Amino acid sequence: MVAFLLRRFSQSIILLVIVSILGFVVLNLIPGGPLAQYALDPGMNQDDRTRIAAQMGLDRPHWVQYFDWAWRLLQGDWGTSFRDGNPVLTVISRHVPATLLLMGSATVIAVSIGTWIGIRGATHRYSVFDYVATVAAMIALSIPTFWFGLIGIYFFSLRLGWLPAGNMYTIGDGSLLNYLHHLIMPSVVLALVHIAIWSRFMRTATLDAISQEFVKTARAKGVRERRVIMKHVVGNALLPMITLAGVQLPSLLTGALVTETVFTWPGMGRLFLDSLGYSDYPVVMGLLMFSAILTISANFIADVVVALVDPRIRLA
Amino acid sequence: MTKKPFKLPDMSRRNALGLMGAGAAALLAPNLLGKPAFGQTPPDAPAGRIMVGVSQEPTVFNPLMPHIEVDDNVHFSIFDALFRINENGAIVPNLASEVPSLENGGISEDGLEWRVRLRDDVRWHDGEPFTADDVKFTLELIVNPDFRSWRTTGHNLVRDIEIVSPTEVTWRMEEPFAPYLSFLTETFIVPAHILSNESNPNEAAFNRAPVGTGAFRWGRRTAGDNLVLQANPDYFGEGPYIEELIFRYIPDMTVLFTQFQSGDIDIVGRSYITQDNYEAANALPDRVVDLVSTPSVESIYLNMERPQFQDPAVRQALYLALDRGSIIDVLYYGLPKPTETFMPQQSFYYHDGLPTHEFNLDKAREILDEAGWLPGPDGIRAKDGVRLSFNNSTTTGAHLREQAQQFVQQTFAEIGVQMNIENLPAAVMWGDFWGQSEFDTAMVGITFLIAADPDVSNRFHTAAIAAQGGRGSNTGQYSNTEVDALLEEGARTFDPDKRREIYLRIQEIIRSDLPFLPLFAYTQVYGRKAGIEGFVPNTNTRSETWHAAGWYWS
Repeated sequence: MVAFLLRRFSQSIILLVIVSILGFVVLNLIPGGPLAQYALDPGMNQDDRTRIAAQMGLDRPHWVQYFDWAWRLLQGDWGTSFRDGNPVLTVISRHVPATLLLMGSATVIAVSIGTWIGIRGATHRYSVFDYVATVAAMIALSIPTFWFGLIGIYFFSLRLGWLPAGNMYTIGDGSLLNYLHHLIMPSVVLALVHIAIWSRFMRTATLDAISQEFVKTARAKGVRERRVIMKHVVGNALLPMITLAGVQLPSLLTGALVTETVFTWPGMGRLFLDSLGYSDYPVVMGLLMFSAILTISANFIADVVVALVDPRIRLA
Repeated sequence: MTKKPFKLPDMSRRNALGLMGAGAAALLAPNLLGKPAFGQTPPDAPAGRIMVGVSQEPTVFNPLMPHIEVDDNVHFSIFDALFRINENGAIVPNLASEVPSLENGGISEDGLEWRVRLRDDVRWHDGEPFTADDVKFTLELIVNPDFRSWRTTGHNLVRDIEIVSPTEVTWRMEEPFAPYLSFLTETFIVPAHILSNESNPNEAAFNRAPVGTGAFRWGRRTAGDNLVLQANPDYFGEGPYIEELIFRYIPDMTVLFTQFQSGDIDIVGRSYITQDNYEAANALPDRVVDLVSTPSVESIYLNMERPQFQDPAVRQALYLALDRGSIIDVLYYGLPKPTETFMPQQSFYYHDGLPTHEFNLDKAREILDEAGWLPGPDGIRAKDGVRLSFNNSTTTGAHLREQAQQFVQQTFAEIGVQMNIENLPAAVMWGDFWGQSEFDTAMVGITFLIAADPDVSNRFHTAAIAAQGGRGSNTGQYSNTEVDALLEEGARTFDPDKRREIYLRIQEIIRSDLPFLPLFAYTQVYGRKAGIEGFVPNTNTRSETWHAAGWYWS
């Protein structure tokens, strides 16, 4: 176990270094850079832009910039945002709660409904329910979230006036009820796709488990069908879902770009897009490292959990 | 402290001329706009709040640091400059008590000695008095080599700033530079008593929670979402009449318009309501929709160093082959105004007698034939080995421009000119590709004037060609010695009448040289809820909230 942990840890470090180098190279390969936004400013000339680039340290060779950044990171300094002058960690931490709220509620909806649909679809294979669920999942997966979002806003906000047309809260009203009211539409829209994914995975996993010998044995022993499904089938079907959850977990914090844009939700997805748009290198690199660390940790935790739950799998 | 309302008085000769240029109706406009006949009057105490929708996020709150237009909205609300430029193009006092001119002795005859007198009743949001110290500190900070300052043009000519008294400051200019007065309308004064104690002004806490003298003070910011400013009850000028001024950041313009429809947003300015939504916006109940002309001119920019564009005949023929009427009507819903010059049509310096564009393919062919550009075997004209084939570039994803390019491509093809569309992502397009003149032609909307001053040296002077080692934004690499001389003279001339003559002549030469082919001057669709009074669009600033102090709910 200790050897496994050590090996995974050293692999993770190497992976992080590779991710950071790749991210840095790609970021710097994109022409334009942080000063391109001033290209059409009538009052700024090339001298001004050259001077500002030098003041920001952007005139140094790329490898110097990279090592400077990496060295500071090792000392716990994630840098300062070019856009608003705040420390990168502050910038990220300001956007995490919004994303956590949205993704968290969407995931709860998606997992509970998706799991139920998946199990029911598998146990009632080729029933009307199964067909409807399959077609609905295909539709949900193929129609862009953007469209669902705008249709939702059109009907529930503009036509019916039941739900707000976006934003996380009404400015000046910080009540829980106000947040929940704003949360309904984005979390449901976001959950649609995840319900589809979860139900399909759950259905496949359940079908796999249902055809196993031990299920037949259990039935032959005269165990009640409900108990067969809940204990023997679902218990085993959930195993691969732990790995899936491990893969999905980081997105809880890294955000849902499209949904956040349609519903003007100030989360991580939007932060990433905006930072990329303004070439806010420190924040983009910070987000990259943040999500890389999350992904690596989540996968690691999933591996450990699977091993703990399923004694057949050995960590070696 | 008694309130002396800061109206728009002090009719210096220059201002009066500016107003005359804008027309007599405009002269009366400021009062008419805010106060219709049966008199809405502002409330006695600030009441209510106004939510402004913006599709870029304001993030830079130190007005002297590099920022984009949306940040100006915040600067205009929190800070004051020495002067402001109003909706008629007149420069009026703000923190200063008078606008210096040759007549009042504020500017010496040679244009070198400047004297600015300041108001004595202004306090910073933290209660400290505003004095000449703050002006001196601000002007010095801008040229501090350690400070990451925004624009330095003009400021780098200022020498020997002296504080004569708390309400009077003087300085000497290295050379006479008339546009500086306009530049000062965009130079917001920052507090010396806060920033002078900072070892590194680039990272001062002030930059994230600014202290100004303006009608609104810093409230709270929710990053990625909104910024709340609060009324400054001790403001020395008119207003504010609302308690809170809120900027809500909505990145997607479709969603922004939806929120304007749903009533979440009270005011939408700039180009955030797209032209195709103009009809829909007009049809909304309880909304006021204005068409506001802007200083931004859409054109096809030519890289004059390319061999294809050296011959004036080619540029004339291309202009004749531009079906801009159709582009305006079909793509832009007829909203923008055709123009022949870089000068905004509401400027005192606008030349209204320039030859009018005509769309005439036969004439274009004739001119090219006469000049010796004859069609080759592939139908494309050539002369001395130079084929009339070139790229046209703009930002990918700018749908209207992409369609306009196709219009242009077709009509150019009809006269034997091949225009290839080569569009690039914004970051690439406006990087070195634009700045170092690596393009053949570009479809681009440009604001030529800085702070509404007619000086366009930065765009058209030979010394401003960055690709040839110059310092400026003459990306078309236009070079004309007569224009150079006129630009230099214009920047030295303080008398508005004489300046006007110079810039009219410059516009004539540029119209005949055609370094860019003008398409139209942009018109923006502004929307607001009925019941908001005192809203005055001002195309001489980059901000729709330049005078939010005067806004109130009826």
